[in-house]
Amino acid sequence: MSETADVVVIGTGFGGSIPGYYLAAGGARVVMLERGPRLAAEDFAQTFEIGVYTRIVDYIRGTGVDVTAGNCVGGSSVIYFAASLRAPTFVFERMGTLGRRLWPAAISRQTLDPWYRRVEKILPVAQQRWKDVAYAGGVWAAACNRAGHTCNPVPVAVDLKRCTNCNFMVHGCRFDAKRSMLLNYIPAAEACGAEIRPLHEVQAIRPADTPGYRYAVDYLQLDPTDYRVAVGGGTIDARLVIVAAGAMGTPVILQRSATYLGAMPSAVGRYFSPNGDHVTTAVLDEAKVRDLLGLERAPGVGYDAHHIGRPIGTMTYDPLVASAPEFSRFSLQQIYFPPIVNILLDDRVDGPPSWFGVDKRTVTSRWRSWLSVLAMTEDANEGVFGTPPPTGNFVRLSPAASLGQLTFDRAPQTQSGFDAADALTRSIVERDGLARHHLWAAPPNGSAPPNVQSAHPLASCRIGDDPDTSACDDRHELRGHPGIFVTDASAVPTSLCVNPSLTIAALAERASAFLLLRAAEYGVNVATSVRLPGRTASSRASRCEHPA
Amino acid sequence: MSDAVDLKRRRLLQLVALAPFAWQARRWVVRPPDAFAQTLPDDPTIVPTLEAFADTLIPGEKRSSDDRAIAGAAAGPGAVQAGALDLMNFPPVGVAPALPGFAAGLNAHAVQYAATNGIALDPTVPPFVALAFGDRTALLVEILDGSGPDELAYFALAALAFLAYHTAGHLPLVDAVRSGHPGLAAIGFPQPQADGLWHYSDFSYRRALATRHPETSKRGNPP
Repeated sequence: MSETADVVVIGTGFGGSIPGYYLAAGGARVVMLERGPRLAAEDFAQTFEIGVYTRIVDYIRGTGVDVTAGNCVGGSSVIYFAASLRAPTFVFERMGTLGRRLWPAAISRQTLDPWYRRVEKILPVAQQRWKDVAYAGGVWAAACNRAGHTCNPVPVAVDLKRCTNCNFMVHGCRFDAKRSMLLNYIPAAEACGAEIRPLHEVQAIRPADTPGYRYAVDYLQLDPTDYRVAVGGGTIDARLVIVAAGAMGTPVILQRSATYLGAMPSAVGRYFSPNGDHVTTAVLDEAKVRDLLGLERAPGVGYDAHHIGRPIGTMTYDPLVASAPEFSRFSLQQIYFPPIVNILLDDRVDGPPSWFGVDKRTVTSRWRSWLSVLAMTEDANEGVFGTPPPTGNFVRLSPAASLGQLTFDRAPQTQSGFDAADALTRSIVERDGLARHHLWAAPPNGSAPPNVQSAHPLASCRIGDDPDTSACDDRHELRGHPGIFVTDASAVPTSLCVNPSLTIAALAERASAFLLLRAAEYGVNVATSVRLPGRTASSRASRCEHPA
Repeated sequence: MSDAVDLKRRRLLQLVALAPFAWQARRWVVRPPDAFAQTLPDDPTIVPTLEAFADTLIPGEKRSSDDRAIAGAAAGPGAVQAGALDLMNFPPVGVAPALPGFAAGLNAHAVQYAATNGIALDPTVPPFVALAFGDRTALLVEILDGSGPDELAYFALAALAFLAYHTAGHLPLVDAVRSGHPGLAAIGFPQPQADGLWHYSDFSYRRALATRHPETSKRGNPP
């Protein structure tokens, strides 16, 4: 006999942890399978040593797009930069290239606001004041201001009193200041009996063998020192399956499952969005930071502080004009990336090579004067997943690099958004010679533009009202496969023009309310109303129908 | 039907049901090559070729007057001194078994490039090393332009040279910075605090530097 559970949750990021908590608290037997390892603050090291941070960060090379994603218990919430924003109202009204509303009619900013509020409370999200904004965010704000633009401190899911401004967020927070799922929904789920199994990589879902159970979830157990190696495997039969393996994992698992479950909706593995991410970097003239912006962080030192702070400090909302045409709206956010990405920047010298050689070395010698800007634009959802690899979510070439089956053939609409963002960024940072604006030129792509670099993969199994262009209904249930739900970033229909984590979490909160009802309908003995997670061990236990 | 027969039948049905997942069992017994015990082959061609490759990406000064691998196109240490080959050969990276192939490929490209451009190669060093810095650069622009079949692999190798120089990816960061790792020093990567960690108490200009968007919500969000 197979092992059984009421609910199997695939993935433990925002999209898995939140429903995992509600179902466990409601009294369901919940097993959460996570392909990555389980680490905690003391394991998160401030180092760029390959084999350390690469345990929890996946870099997946696609065609036309490269994606960075989390790979550990807590998922991308462990490696994210914690910017926690509600998406602008107009985003929910987007029509994309299809000419009709892409989001379900039931979801708007107004209807999602109560769910945003719940997540903001539980994470919790902090409002940065100007004294909380690190130097890089300060320079970006001052540059925007001097160019006639507004600029806001960004709300962040960070305990500002604990934060040490070390700028190692992508490695996981060793000070437990960043509010990942490890600090709220996951311990709350475990307090109510949810079992989390790290290094369990789900391969496929198929019909269950056990009477009374709908689905069997097959997994491989991975070697903790080399994820290419399987050391075991098994199957869990479940009444409900929640697929939350991330926008790079969920469609692949479902595509592979079609062999056993029958055809998947045509939108599975289509309409991928990189959230319109587009990064460029300004190399600041230190003297002009002092003279033009009037900034000095120490006597005679204007900036020289790329390395100090939290990765995200400030952003301008000015280009988020609801009445402007679609594909022309975006936000511009100051962001820090560790020197892992230094290969990507161009040298701004005419003629090849653009990203290596003597001139590039000169640019990187001024690394401490860099100021990177992330544009989050309206892309055209043009990403498509190809045939799934034999196992896993992508092909792990080595422990540090992977090859995905994702193709992003950049649409003219997406390019126009990037161009508009570049033009505005350049006009801000190059005003009166404050900085030189550098594009990211690598990896080169022949005559095509360099790959999009995204840390915000979305929409590869999106919700919607139209069965032809959405994989799931407005309650996140996979069309044609009752009892399978998609609650992660892949369910988000479009790019958001802001960082997506809060929207992913809010949608997962909203979906959880429906999941409890659906679970009861499908024979799970579960309460249909569950309170928000508690913040202490005792308050967490008090939420549980059946305390662990 | 006896319990035993029923059990066998059920077991058989289970096995049939599992047949599509034979690939799983195969995964358990067929392991990829062990990438954790590799050493760079003792081959006089491979090391200087890969050094010349790394030096073309992040140029540096020669280690001695008779250094052929490093072209000496820039002052100060470059990718080679920063440990590019150490990182290429670093077990967790897992590409060490491919290094001889990379070197052979680079040299094959170099021979073709030399023939096309009428360059006579010095036969005492590997062909890629025999090219002048400008020709090495022109060749890598071709190889790394993203259109060739090998591009992905060569870009990954190039990334290792960058990671060695910019991040000391083969070393604990605190040790690398404290021992003066040349790439980290060149980009100005800061020293850790006395406790061996990076943290900053002074991090902000501590004053308002712009006007907030007039339609900002109470919780700081766009409208």
